[in-house]
Amino acid sequence: MKSAVVTFPASNCNRDMFDALEKITGKTPYQIWHQDSEIPDVDLIALPGGFSFGDYLRCGAMAARSPAIKAIALHAERGGNVIGVCNGFQVLTEMGLLPGALMRNSSLKFVCKTVHLQVENTLTNFTNAYTKGQVIDIPVAHHDGNYFADEDTLKMLETNGQIPFRYVSKAGEATASASPNGSQNNIAGIINERGNVLGMMPHPERLIEDVQGGTDGRGFFESIINTLK
Amino acid sequence: MKARIHITLKDGVLDPQGKAIQHALGTLGFSGVEGVRQGKYIEIDLTETDKSNAAETVEKMCKKLLSNMVIENYSITID
Repeated sequence: MKSAVVTFPASNCNRDMFDALEKITGKTPYQIWHQDSEIPDVDLIALPGGFSFGDYLRCGAMAARSPAIKAIALHAERGGNVIGVCNGFQVLTEMGLLPGALMRNSSLKFVCKTVHLQVENTLTNFTNAYTKGQVIDIPVAHHDGNYFADEDTLKMLETNGQIPFRYVSKAGEATASASPNGSQNNIAGIINERGNVLGMMPHPERLIEDVQGGTDGRGFFESIINTLK
Repeated sequence: MKARIHITLKDGVLDPQGKAIQHALGTLGFSGVEGVRQGKYIEIDLTETDKSNAAETVEKMCKKLLSNMVIENYSITID
């Protein structure tokens, strides 16, 4: 699998994403600077976490108007896979590739901890290596992960199985206390209707080998490889 | 010309920061605060001298960057 990681000023998880992709795919990802207007032909473009442009105006707002964005949108339009983790998720919503918006956490606090996620839909490009209903532990680290969408959008996401990851308790219940940020319907990650663009607040790239404390994030990347076979 | 832009959250969008401000006002003894919504205020100096051209440009700025239409409304005054 060929991949590319896009770095914006003040991205800070680009290296983690690069390492995860390199280790799991066995191929060195392209590193794309936000001012690059062209991206090589790849199977996956990853938008990493961080605080692009200092979160000025709105998280991800400036990054979503970078020169590299046109190439990312074109890649998605052609059916190419795009993932956005944390700040990358915020950028994808600001670009309009994913519906809704990420608001300030309901606690108003930056939350940095490991959360339980339930994999609800395993028929996606990003979750097929997991089992349906599986609860995985993945870290979050964000201030603005409170997913908001209007009622019609939420209904569409729920009906179409576009919520692959939801915050749950250890027992797999989507309770309010299981959510680190107050997200509507405990949404941790969504995919677009076509199924080739995913955004999520938790960081699967931080849990891909034992030295990191677990490997629950591997399935995410292995799923993408599976879809290309 | 100067454009003054107010960006506010749409009705129905939760505003935890507004809620925190409301709570703090209560703590300070200000009673009767029914609700607080926090927004943004942006001033833009323009070289444009025609008011309607300026309004049109700033409207585009709001749609393309300054506001997120999913969660926010904007209002523009130009003088």
